[in-house]
Amino acid sequence: MDLLTQLNSLPMFLIVGVVVAFIAVLCVVFLVRSWRAGVAMGMDKAKLRRAIASSATFTLLPSVSILLGVIALSGSLGIPLPWIRLSVIGALHYEGNVADIAARAAGMSGGLGSETLTAPVFLTIALVMTAGILAGCILCVFCLKGYMKKVRGAAQKQKSGKKGFGDYMFTAMFVGLVSAYIGSYLGEWTSAGNYMPLFVAAVSAAAMGLFEYLARKKGMTWLDNFSMAGSMLVGMAAAVALFAVV
Amino acid sequence: MNEVQKNEYYDRYEASTHLLGRLGTVAAILLLLAVPMAMGWVLNASPDWTAFGVGFAQVALIYWTSGVVEFLVYSPMLGSGASYLTFITGNVINLKLPCAVNAREICGTQVGTPENDIVSTLSVATSSLVTTVVLAVGVLCLVPLRPVLENPALAPAFNNVIPALFGALAFKYFSKSLKLAVVPLAFMCVLFVVVPSLIGSVSFLILVSGGMAIGIAYWMFRTGRLE
Repeated sequence: MDLLTQLNSLPMFLIVGVVVAFIAVLCVVFLVRSWRAGVAMGMDKAKLRRAIASSATFTLLPSVSILLGVIALSGSLGIPLPWIRLSVIGALHYEGNVADIAARAAGMSGGLGSETLTAPVFLTIALVMTAGILAGCILCVFCLKGYMKKVRGAAQKQKSGKKGFGDYMFTAMFVGLVSAYIGSYLGEWTSAGNYMPLFVAAVSAAAMGLFEYLARKKGMTWLDNFSMAGSMLVGMAAAVALFAVV
Repeated sequence: MNEVQKNEYYDRYEASTHLLGRLGTVAAILLLLAVPMAMGWVLNASPDWTAFGVGFAQVALIYWTSGVVEFLVYSPMLGSGASYLTFITGNVINLKLPCAVNAREICGTQVGTPENDIVSTLSVATSSLVTTVVLAVGVLCLVPLRPVLENPALAPAFNNVIPALFGALAFKYFSKSLKLAVVPLAFMCVLFVVVPSLIGSVSFLILVSGGMAIGIAYWMFRTGRLE
């Protein structure tokens, strides 16, 4: 039996399935607890429902994109490992890069896919991929409680009727995050002639503008739940249309 | 429930969230580390520990550093419950954080408040479950789905999910905070046009751009230019 067949065998799926099921149960527990806490604290149930509905629609398209990441890596690493890596702690931009670094460290001088994979190299890659991204989790275990106490204390000090800087700081951080990505799309266009990311971002932004107009000016606030997913869908459809035309 | 009772209730809720979050995270870490070991048992092989040390050192230098920064920057935006789930389930910048921020915008909650903590947790838990279900169904149906998902005609759509996401977010945030966005946006555009080799390091330059935006916001806040 060749290695890829072994990597896609039932025991491998079972190993991964157990971990994925555990994480799913943990998510359900957090979901139920936070719903009950919200209700007990007098939060509007309709608002809580909107948070859930908007998050579900928001996540659908990126999830399909993450599934494509699983498919992309499955050719060289089998299906179960990319499945677990992208379901738990992983990130689309991280996994391929780290798999390649680990493959080179394990003796594949040309990187992942350059030579026939052996079981020890596969296990080394799997372990590096797993251990390399644990920092956030470990910090949560040891530091989150104390850190959140400090953050909450600072937020409460600012509750004197006037908005504190903390409110603006988080908006500013997000503005910075989005600016960096938009700038990189412009750079991709001018340096490599790849205008597609900037074009898609512009179309999505225009679609979001339309959704916001309909929600704020025309009173169609129910659109808020779908505006993000809808805008992304319009942008992605525009990419398909432009690709077909050019 | 009056304000005092609400705060007492939330304190109890948060304390139990930390307990559950810590136990869940430790269990998740142990299970994850057990996966390669269990796979090794099935394959009747073991990892190359020297190669692991070399590979891990290279990866940790970059990703443990960024993990620390992500923890410090993003956990206050998410709140306690959502932070545990976000760091367990991953895809922080490209999915969980925008998703939680979007839910917060829709529900109109303020960062650092109990309400925001609840909404963020609902949002990240839902998002994680949807991703888990999509991946599980996708993996189970990989054979019939593959021709559709890998259809060359659809490739431009799936290659541009992240630009589509950040384009939509750009409108939302820039339209509300245009004065705040002008300088970081212009700076990042010029930087990537002049030094395109930095495009691959965008996840690190977020910190530069974010720091710049925070500095400008602080100056505007102090001089009364922020509404």
